[in-house]
Amino acid sequence: MASVWPRLEHLLPHVQKPARYIGCEDGAQTPRHGSGIVSWLLTYPDTYEVGLPNQGLQILYEILNERADAAAERSYAPWSDLEILMRRESVPLFSVDNHLAASDFDVIAFNLSAELVYTNVLNCIDLAGMSVRSIDRTDSDPLIAIGGHCAYNPEPLADFVDFVVLGDGEEVVGDITEVLAEWKHNGKGTGTREGVLRALASVPGVYVPSLYDVRYEGAHIAEVSPRFGDVPERVEKRTIADLGEWPYPRSQLVPLTEVVHDRLNVEVFRGCTRGCRFCQAGMITRPVRERSADQVRTMVTDGLKRTGYDEVALTSLSTADFSGIRQVIADTVSGPGCDQVSVALPSLRVDAFTVGIAAQIQRARRTGLTFAPEAGSWRMRQVINKLISEDDIYQTVESAYSQGWRRVKLYFLTGLPTETDADTMGIAEIARRCVRLGRTHQRSASVTVSIGGFVPKAFTPFQWFGQNNTAELNHKIGLVRDATRRDKAVRLKWHDPKATLIEGITSRGDRRIGAVIEYVWRRGGVFQEWSEHFDHDLWLEAMAACGLDIDWYVHRHRREDEILPWDHLSAGLHKDFLWQDWRDALDEAGLEDCRWTPCYDCGACTGYGIEHVVASAAPPAGGSQGTGGARAPGVSSRPAVQPRQVVGVAGS
Amino acid sequence: MTIRIEFSKYGKIRFTSHRDVARMWERALRRSELPMAYSEGFSPRPRMSFGLALSTCHESDAEYLDIHIDPERAGSIDLESLTLTLTRNLPDGIVATRAEKIDRNTPSLQEAVTSCTWQIDVTDTDEETAAGAVARALAADELVVTRRRKGKEVTDDLRPQLMGIDIIGPTEDGVRMVAELGTKPRSVRPSELLAVLQPPLQEWRVTRLNQWIIDDDGTRREPIPRRTSASAPVGAT
Repeated sequence: MASVWPRLEHLLPHVQKPARYIGCEDGAQTPRHGSGIVSWLLTYPDTYEVGLPNQGLQILYEILNERADAAAERSYAPWSDLEILMRRESVPLFSVDNHLAASDFDVIAFNLSAELVYTNVLNCIDLAGMSVRSIDRTDSDPLIAIGGHCAYNPEPLADFVDFVVLGDGEEVVGDITEVLAEWKHNGKGTGTREGVLRALASVPGVYVPSLYDVRYEGAHIAEVSPRFGDVPERVEKRTIADLGEWPYPRSQLVPLTEVVHDRLNVEVFRGCTRGCRFCQAGMITRPVRERSADQVRTMVTDGLKRTGYDEVALTSLSTADFSGIRQVIADTVSGPGCDQVSVALPSLRVDAFTVGIAAQIQRARRTGLTFAPEAGSWRMRQVINKLISEDDIYQTVESAYSQGWRRVKLYFLTGLPTETDADTMGIAEIARRCVRLGRTHQRSASVTVSIGGFVPKAFTPFQWFGQNNTAELNHKIGLVRDATRRDKAVRLKWHDPKATLIEGITSRGDRRIGAVIEYVWRRGGVFQEWSEHFDHDLWLEAMAACGLDIDWYVHRHRREDEILPWDHLSAGLHKDFLWQDWRDALDEAGLEDCRWTPCYDCGACTGYGIEHVVASAAPPAGGSQGTGGARAPGVSSRPAVQPRQVVGVAGS
Repeated sequence: MTIRIEFSKYGKIRFTSHRDVARMWERALRRSELPMAYSEGFSPRPRMSFGLALSTCHESDAEYLDIHIDPERAGSIDLESLTLTLTRNLPDGIVATRAEKIDRNTPSLQEAVTSCTWQIDVTDTDEETAAGAVARALAADELVVTRRRKGKEVTDDLRPQLMGIDIIGPTEDGVRMVAELGTKPRSVRPSELLAVLQPPLQEWRVTRLNQWIIDDDGTRREPIPRRTSASAPVGAT
């Protein structure tokens, strides 16, 4: 294994931000490779600035390097300027740790957190010097793996990858390493590739697409069947029962150059049972597994001391739900030598409790606070099960302005199931009323409204919903824009509906979409999540060239009996639970958080013999968001179906 | 209290920018638990001032920054152990080499430094070609470069700022030379010099060897004077 550095260093003076390619971060390792050691190249298929902070990749990097039988290095997609030089000078994709060629590794494992990076995966495989289709690769080529949230519908990438990992990676990477170590010990001989893939398929949580046949009837999938008896009919995700046993990353990487989220990150819990129906993360990461407050404190204190950062983010899908959040924050901002430390809470609930926490951590600089009501009307929020009353929103916002914040940022989705113009206009109404409330406290009060087009995802109750088309989304965004145009204190931002459409193609696509991804990649369509590279027309051209219908893939409502492309995989959730939740959504019936109420048997706990790990048996005080306290009307436990609620009476 | 620190930058880390290095120092100072003085305002930052920026990709023996210590918590700071502590808390490739207390009225590094000595390795040429190019530059009355600044074309004469240049000898794939370039009214970069030579030379590795301050009495010294006398100016031999 020879370093490509001597060749690479001659290219770096000629590219933008060369520090992205040098490694050398504090926390970086110098793994030792050898005959008995399985080598992993953990690759983030986007730029270093976006990929370096990824906590999943950093966790696996440490866990693998702690093993005697594994060595893990990291790689990121080179930006276009370096890619041109690499291709001209025949420099392959490389790791940033020892600067080894990607093809020297046993596995190249990609972390997928967004659909638009799929063409970058193909580009990285190609830059590594291999055929992009798994069937064309040879025994000596590394195995290509994917994991991360997008892996729950891996079918569009089925032809390009060798195996897929579902769920938490902490334990399964060890199991995979053991299988590969034996293969490597036996010399990785000719014709053994299928054998090792068969062995991998027997590891719970590992899906090997090439071991399954897909049969179509017309446009629809008729059957997905394993090709061999020892290959499971359904692949279940992996879940670690206790996050407390995995206090990773222990040595978070401190980059030498600017990246997104450049701060210490401490994951306070994994999973979320708020039950927002649009949210794939909340569905696939169940159940809730909290760390103890003591462990969080230790990770924060040690992390700040080691890294020299002055900011720590307490991360999770809804950090205000963490039991004992107040105490942890109080200890962090008042600890010895912590006088200059700031705490970031990336995802906050919309309620007064949250503002109280924010006041605790932003003592001096109160510029902006961010909340996500997600929808403009109470009716719509019942459909999506984001049970925030009007009162919650206005009390929260008023409390923020009255305590000195000048700007409130509100996130919304549009294109949601059953959304009417009145629901959409509710976004503008909320924005305007927030500004009016703010002005009573601050002359310069402003609201930033950010609207994203909704893309239905696998393993959510909305997986059957036909996504809005570009014209519908443009119409809805236009409604809000026209209604807020004259109000200078309302700043409106929105996600390009054209990008939403393309995300929709791959989000619920099947194996036939692979040809589309390859078509776009072969014509230079990389870095599609970057607006300067995004090429909407190229995707439409690719769909047409492959004879595939966008309406059928993106905008069509699915039926209950349809075999979905990911039905042979499982996130633990029973399909009938999801279907019932989808019917409840259409009936505008909410569903409480199961952390503090009886189990609905969604399957995520019962199926795997695990349960919530939550320190507090009672829901947090304040607000009505699916909690038992000041509960909003319309919040029900299944099977009761509530009558439609009128906007404005909510939150009694 | 103000402490002037000298540091070097070598190896892979040469590909980081001046701003990247500033952030590394902020973290290293926090990790070293020095009683820094903080700026006023909503987001207080540790008070430090850097000298001349070093271009991304260049290495250096002679980088400087001034850090401001909270006088009430200063206690006794041992300058010998300070450089070791800082180096331990800096990334590989950055080494704090010397530290010295400076007077409150000391002019800032940006103001005081008037020239820098650079070691410049060029590729794809031989000693004779390089020597010819250098001799022509030294003999020229002016060395005019045109560059774009704020959308307008600006012409500068580099010749007054080319204070000296020597050919050191051949390297594996080119030639090593040493040049002293002025920093007033603006810093001339080694790449600008190479581009204006006839023929232009191809830059490979560049290292800043010294920064120079001229004292009121005309003495030429480094921002932290060395105990041994400074080397003679380039081109003076």
